[in-house]
Amino acid sequence: MTETSSFYVRSEMIAQQKPPMSQVGAVRWMRENLFSSPLNTFLTLASIYVVYFIVTLIGPWLMRSVWDANSLQECRQIAGAKYGEGVEGACFALIRERWNQLLFGFYPRDLYWRPVLAFVLMLVALAPVLFSGLPRKMLWFSTVYPAVGFWLLWGGSIWLPISIVAGLAATGYIAMVLAARSGLLIGTLVAVAAFILIFFAPLRELFQSAMETILPFAITKMQSDDLGGFMLSLTIGISGIVFSLPIGILLALGRQSDMPLVKIICVGFIEIIRGVPLITLLFTASLLLNYFLPPGTNFDIILRVIIMVTLFAAAYMAEVVRGGLAALPRGQYEAADALGLTYWQAQQHIIMPQALKVSIPNIVSNFIGLFKDTTLVIFIGLLDPLALVSAIRADTAWSGTYWEPIMFVGTLFFIVCFSMSRYSMYLEKKLKTDHR
Amino acid sequence: MAETAKRAKMEISDEVAIDIRQMNKWYGTFHVLRDINMTVNRGERIVICGPSGSGKSTLIRCINRLEEHQQGKIVVDGTELTSDLKNIDKVRSEVGMVFQHFNLFPHLTILENLTLAPIWVRKTPKREAEEVAMHFLGKVKIPEQAHKYPGQLSGGQQQRVAIARSLCMKPRIMLFDEPTSALDPEMIKEVLDTMIQLAEEGMTMICVTHEMGFAQAVANRVIFMDQGQIVEQNEPKEFFNNPKSDRTKLFLSQILGH
Repeated sequence: MTETSSFYVRSEMIAQQKPPMSQVGAVRWMRENLFSSPLNTFLTLASIYVVYFIVTLIGPWLMRSVWDANSLQECRQIAGAKYGEGVEGACFALIRERWNQLLFGFYPRDLYWRPVLAFVLMLVALAPVLFSGLPRKMLWFSTVYPAVGFWLLWGGSIWLPISIVAGLAATGYIAMVLAARSGLLIGTLVAVAAFILIFFAPLRELFQSAMETILPFAITKMQSDDLGGFMLSLTIGISGIVFSLPIGILLALGRQSDMPLVKIICVGFIEIIRGVPLITLLFTASLLLNYFLPPGTNFDIILRVIIMVTLFAAAYMAEVVRGGLAALPRGQYEAADALGLTYWQAQQHIIMPQALKVSIPNIVSNFIGLFKDTTLVIFIGLLDPLALVSAIRADTAWSGTYWEPIMFVGTLFFIVCFSMSRYSMYLEKKLKTDHR
Repeated sequence: MAETAKRAKMEISDEVAIDIRQMNKWYGTFHVLRDINMTVNRGERIVICGPSGSGKSTLIRCINRLEEHQQGKIVVDGTELTSDLKNIDKVRSEVGMVFQHFNLFPHLTILENLTLAPIWVRKTPKREAEEVAMHFLGKVKIPEQAHKYPGQLSGGQQQRVAIARSLCMKPRIMLFDEPTSALDPEMIKEVLDTMIQLAEEGMTMICVTHEMGFAQAVANRVIFMDQGQIVEQNEPKEFFNNPKSDRTKLFLSQILGH
């Protein structure tokens, strides 16, 4: 740089070169991320101490775990003999002996294959819903799975679920044909009429009893008291999740409707359900709901709880979806309108895919919350995993254990909730098309 | 001259495409469109201009009922726009619209953007719809972008896709609502070229635009609006060289002043 001149022409281009050594490597990373300032250094050291503290606290306890014993007393003896008098270790023998109860409640042992099969089939049914790469025809199985799962868990005559599915299919078919022929409104009205006729008149029962005499097929019928444990949490949680999303979407759309009556009903429903604690609804399910049902119907308590949990979650879902709808620019609606798409076509292809995509994190948060809330059924006397933990600890052989069963149940819940969270991240990544 | 020769090809028939009679519209108590009377024949290329807030956009959005008018009569292609949903859907499937902000569907690929309405509204088989879509993408000169998402395209490309999306419905009338206002200067030309090409093929077009060059090149009529009223309309040469009303003169001096 001896000369200063505004005239300059580069004669050769500089090739790309490696960064200097101080810009790569572990030392640089540590200096930049862990010890970049006095405060950061302090925080790093403090964090290391916290991690050390927790590991030294829990680690030995876990390491000295006893898996083979018949009571807490025996656990302590074994641990004492091995590691010295008075040394405590985890007593996982409890889990080993009682895991089946924590998973299945008081479901008969020789029938465990039924919930296990129901669980495996549930994964099969969920797969095409969760992963769009799978063959779309699998969705037919997903549609009938609720009936299959219900039959496997509760047992009884196979004609009960079949008659219900057939009734719903018939109702749906009537509605579709009529909607195509004479408009959506008439189709819906007739479908509602058909629904009432099929389910609240003896029509379905007639079909069921007729088929039972012609072709009887039944497996052992279970009572709701037999269902419990993590199986119960999964049953209530997954049903609530699966049914609350569509209901929530309809409520959100209803809330935005131009029709005042629809709007008032949806807003009223959402606000009332959201304004009431879930426990209240569960007590309603266990005590009050029977008063509103036709006399003589013995409606299963778990089904009642599922309905309440679904409605509760749907009200929240509606607000989450509404948030997603609000995030969409008006132009999307206008473009859909200008192309001549009908309201439902626009919702299906333009509005909902985008609104739901924006809401994925919130929707999944709600799902996770809902799933964990299923433990509240303990208050109406259902045997959820936590109720069983108390029951087990009441057993003289195991009284005094505290962490072990809770850790087991906690791990189960964590696995499910963490999977949901991971799936939502996968979905968000997959659906990211805006390239901002 | 080549230009006049081209314009001679763009024939205007006697058939009425859009007929608006004594139309009034209010936003709340604000009288946004006042006594609009306007007839558009098939093959006409009309440019609507005017200061912002003069009701130009609202007017053309009434033609496919994105906005509802409260008084008067709008007949599009023989169908009167009332609250009857069937009529509205019929008109909308015959009238294409291009928006200032493109309004492409960001979650769908370009090809899916183009085939969605033909498949669901016109019930065209998917393969056929895709062929038509590729044809129009070729026409707007971006067939190679078919499998990208709107977010990956430049503004000008997006607007050309939006035009192609409307054309896939084989509309008889096209509405343009400030199609170049959101574009960078170097992209305006590519969109205008596409529009000019469309005009040369005889499409009935109504454009709200500030591109006076476009108006002079292809329009057969320029409408000037102010305060919700049609103040002046004329053929472009007369309109630009010999404006009659003071409002028009002022407006033209402002936009052509530099």
